[in-house]
Amino acid sequence: MILGAITWQALADGLGLGAIYALMAVGIGLVFGVLRLVNFAYGQLIMAGAFALAVAAERGWPRWAGIALCFGVVLTLSFAMERLVFRPLRAHSPAVMLVATFAVAFLLQSIALLWFGPLGKIASSLAELNQPVTIGDVDVRKITIVSIVAAVACLVSLLLLLGRTSIGLHMRAAAMDFQTARMIGVDANRVIGAAVLVSGLLAGVVAVMLTVQTPLVTPDFALRDTIVVLAGVVLGGMNRLLTATLGGFAIGFVSGVLGGALPTDQSQYLPSFLFVAVILVLLVRPGGLFARGRDAAVQRV
Amino acid sequence: MPEPALELRDLSVRYGAVEAVRGLSLVAERGEVVGLIGPNGAGKSSTLHAIMGVVRAAGGEILVNGASVRGRRPEAVARRGIALVPEGRRIFADLTVEENLRLGLAGRASREGVDDDLTWIYSLFPVVQEFRKRTAGALSGGQQQQLAIARALVARPDVLLLDEPSLGLAPTIVDAVFEALAAIRERGVTALLVEQRAQRTVAFADRTYLIANGELRLTLTPEQADDTSTMVAAYLS
Repeated sequence: MILGAITWQALADGLGLGAIYALMAVGIGLVFGVLRLVNFAYGQLIMAGAFALAVAAERGWPRWAGIALCFGVVLTLSFAMERLVFRPLRAHSPAVMLVATFAVAFLLQSIALLWFGPLGKIASSLAELNQPVTIGDVDVRKITIVSIVAAVACLVSLLLLLGRTSIGLHMRAAAMDFQTARMIGVDANRVIGAAVLVSGLLAGVVAVMLTVQTPLVTPDFALRDTIVVLAGVVLGGMNRLLTATLGGFAIGFVSGVLGGALPTDQSQYLPSFLFVAVILVLLVRPGGLFARGRDAAVQRV
Repeated sequence: MPEPALELRDLSVRYGAVEAVRGLSLVAERGEVVGLIGPNGAGKSSTLHAIMGVVRAAGGEILVNGASVRGRRPEAVARRGIALVPEGRRIFADLTVEENLRLGLAGRASREGVDDDLTWIYSLFPVVQEFRKRTAGALSGGQQQQLAIARALVARPDVLLLDEPSLGLAPTIVDAVFEALAAIRERGVTALLVEQRAQRTVAFADRTYLIANGELRLTLTPEQADDTSTMVAAYLS
């Protein structure tokens, strides 16, 4: 019955949301790769970027200035987080770092609440990207096309960075075995800095895309998306960037398609349905849906 | 007289209350191969890890070409001209052989002469050149060991630290590893060779330090390689 309700429009929406979630998954996966840290504050970085866009729109700044402010805020916060939290704590246990990212997440959310209030602000400067264009018989929102193009461009750029440059090679090596990488001369601070920079840039891109989809920016902006993406990353397989990205895309795609296909009174249960599905998949494939070989093997206790 | 390539003065390493290395002093002059042998848990790997900055030295001094590297981060030690061939190879299994070699450049002070060095390394380990496009994880244990040594040599180190390079290898492969070490010695690279194969190491190295319970027990010359009773006594002391 649900399958019958899936339209080309819903599939296009799914692709658009999948593209955005894939970028978030890469942003989370990059930092996890080098620090073995799930950055729960990633959504708050996106929220801060979204507020930057909203403030710029409110003050009548041109679009480019709003986008520049968004990236400036997200990158500044990313580097502050790395310098003040990740770097001093990176020798500590994963649990300590995890709790620290929770603290940062709540701190940023509280600051947003104090500065902008619970009702938030409207980021309207890019609202026209919600206008549809007709491709064949299907009306597709411009933002869907922009999201897909932006995601492809970002992922191709990232592939080139990781595959063709020294810093990319160092990042891949560090993600596999950071201690050995350091012992052969790979600079830990440089690698982590690069991962945080790329992760921050992706958060900036996502902030722009999400504010078009959801122009009302509140302190909990992107929080739900981040939780869904984290589930997607775990679903895909956290140990590899590719599987994490596929997981992010998959959960975004399914979320977008079903969100478009289901009536409103049913779509509110979609997150619950998704999380149940994630648990069921992980029971069958604990290493992740897309993990292969030794990555798929998980020690049971 | 030039400073020794590597010198440990009264080095101590602690893990909590356990003292793994106690007041160890040793010297490796330039171009020497120095052995470090001892039973399991003697403190051999801890010594290498302290030199590399992976564990903090509780006391003493670590000098490379006369300059202290104690307390430095591992990458800073690597860039001071120390390259480690870690126990268990620890190659990057998902990267290609060539990418593993390129990683060795991270510890190299200058890119000058890289091509010449690679030619020499490939002549030393033809299999590394032959399989350079393959995923490193697909290599056999012996081939991975050769890759690990090749990766360390790409850094053109002043001092090469080898942590049990023959561990788990077939006898013919062990012979190949020692042949490669002989060629590395001829090139003038200083090496600190940690090994379980005591007799072979003593015969091969210019000088071998035997440690037990974290302390220096004996200093052996190649002429003493057959003096197994002395070595056994020191192992059991």
